[in-house]
Amino acid sequence: MSKDRDVLTGVHFLNGDDAIAEGALAAGCRFFAGYPITPATEIAERMAKRLPEVSGVYIQMEDEIASMAAVLGASWGGNKSMTATSGPGFSLMMENIGLGMMMETPCVVVNIMRGGPSTGLPTLVGQGDVMQARWGSHGDYGVIALTPSSPQEAFDMTIEAFSLSERYRIPVIVLSDELIGHMYERVVIPEKKFLPRIRRRKPRKAPSEHLPFQGGEDLVPPMACAGEGYRLHVTGLTHDEKGYPVISAEAQERLVRRLCDKIRKHAAEIIRIEEEGTEDAEIIVVAYGCVARSARESVNMARKSGRRVGFLRLLTVWPFPEERIRELAANGVKGFVVPEVNYGQIAGEVERCAVGRDVLMVGLMGGAVHTPEIILEAIEEMA
Amino acid sequence: MRYKLVELEPFQPEETQRKIDETHGLHPDDQYLKPGRIPHIWCPGCGLGIVLSAFIKGLDSTEIPIDNCAVVSGIGCTGRVAGYLNMDTYHTTHGRAIPFATGLKLAKPEMQVVVFSGDGDLFAIGGNHLIHAARRNMDLTVICVNNFNYGMTGGQAGPTTHMGAKTVTTPYGNCEYPFNLTHLAYASGAVYVARWTSFHARYLIESIQKCFAKKGFKFIEVLTPCPTGYGRPNRLGSGLDQMKVYRDNSEIRNHINPMEADSELRGPIVVGEFVDEEKPTFLDRYEEGVLSKARSG
Repeated sequence: MSKDRDVLTGVHFLNGDDAIAEGALAAGCRFFAGYPITPATEIAERMAKRLPEVSGVYIQMEDEIASMAAVLGASWGGNKSMTATSGPGFSLMMENIGLGMMMETPCVVVNIMRGGPSTGLPTLVGQGDVMQARWGSHGDYGVIALTPSSPQEAFDMTIEAFSLSERYRIPVIVLSDELIGHMYERVVIPEKKFLPRIRRRKPRKAPSEHLPFQGGEDLVPPMACAGEGYRLHVTGLTHDEKGYPVISAEAQERLVRRLCDKIRKHAAEIIRIEEEGTEDAEIIVVAYGCVARSARESVNMARKSGRRVGFLRLLTVWPFPEERIRELAANGVKGFVVPEVNYGQIAGEVERCAVGRDVLMVGLMGGAVHTPEIILEAIEEMA
Repeated sequence: MRYKLVELEPFQPEETQRKIDETHGLHPDDQYLKPGRIPHIWCPGCGLGIVLSAFIKGLDSTEIPIDNCAVVSGIGCTGRVAGYLNMDTYHTTHGRAIPFATGLKLAKPEMQVVVFSGDGDLFAIGGNHLIHAARRNMDLTVICVNNFNYGMTGGQAGPTTHMGAKTVTTPYGNCEYPFNLTHLAYASGAVYVARWTSFHARYLIESIQKCFAKKGFKFIEVLTPCPTGYGRPNRLGSGLDQMKVYRDNSEIRNHINPMEADSELRGPIVVGEFVDEEKPTFLDRYEEGVLSKARSG
């Protein structure tokens, strides 16, 4: 029975939080450590019920710092592991997200964004953690963050997040928001055989010859877990290919450059965007997460009234699709309209790439999402 | 008289160094040390080498395969222990060794997971994690090397610094009460609690052996000299002088309530095996009270 309960094949009516939990189980996640926080608690609640059904471990830790640390520990124990939180907890997790980047530990961190800063709006939507997801822990490292726009995507993207984390050996962030987290919609869970189940690559070399932090051409080293005879030393200090601490500029250069490059050099494989009508567009609306839903509607409204407006939706906010924005900017687009529930975090990225083009940021500080009319007004202002 | 004289092989420094680099070292216990990692970074007179050696001897005397044991440590002088041991070792962030070890243990229940860290790491920045892991009776062995100060950063006061003691951040003398670590661990739910000093190496080895044979949250505090960080401002002399203090002023009192276990700067220092109880662990309870119900439901 336990084997069959991990993928609930069928059609469901789920909110985004529950869909994320089901996505995790379908991806093979067997360990969850977390701490209650609105609006992400539903994920923990569902995992508490569901993980024991598949012989997994659910543990409520004493805080988010501990949750993130336990997730890393479980990953080194060979489990696919996950935690879920919102802004204040995400801030606490930053420390060990950095450790996860340095130790190259696959795992998934879900952030159901609410209004911030600080305690902010616990029960209401926000998108203010986009830059924190990118730069939140100190130092330099590559990041992957996925932004679902529906419960179905929350399910699909959580599976994808596990695949990417196992593939690139980093904590991958599912950067959803309160609106998607609490929105109920139809979610189709496919049969297990149609779901990807990617596992971290194992070393082929014998323990005496294995260099656990040598990236190779791919820049992603294979991973030996605890108890597999490799006797690794894994540290948050700057280390050499053996994993031994080396406090020098040369070791730092080699390691940190690889931690960044393993994502940068694979950006084209990782980045997912969706475009509608961008070929002939004068104005392009760029949106992600909950806002993408109203942005799409506003684009449809504008096109009906004859305006050449395109829509670009970010399914991955990080890595950011720099190349594509540059291309579009070079192809004679007049400008970009970027609605988001913050004061211009992704709009700044768009502007950085769309040199010389008009960029209009449509901001709400949190608590509400744009109506299509608000975005339409911005499109008309630019046109 | 008959003589049998043996020709000694001439000393070959390069060959010796090669052995140290590639095959750990020349002492039998060196198989437990990672190749090429020695010499360590600890100061002369530090007690950490004794504790590390006791751990190796404790582990060696058990039947536990080395690949069935993982060591997790935090940040600080003791945090560096993990890097020297030839097994799966994880050197985590400051204070977070216990929650990392919790995740590791739950993912790999068959492994022995040992947390090796200092008093500041485990009881200041990591204090909350320690009490909660003890409360859950997580199956971990925690070896806390207590040198009464933050050694790595240059001898600042911490949660164990004695009242009145001088450190670089308490130049007028410390005005805070220190924790009694054994009392705190016991009150939080630890099933095994012992305190030794680096002078009591044999007792320490026995305690470590017991921890390997016992399930639940096990806590060993080891008082060690820190002549550089703590000894100098408090005029405690060398590491050897402090070992003499441990020898002359400590008293073994087994099975007492840890609340009564004093440890003053120049003694008296109460050491011993204070607590040894049985209680189902987190995983026992999880298996019995959660997994079995979820499976049958």
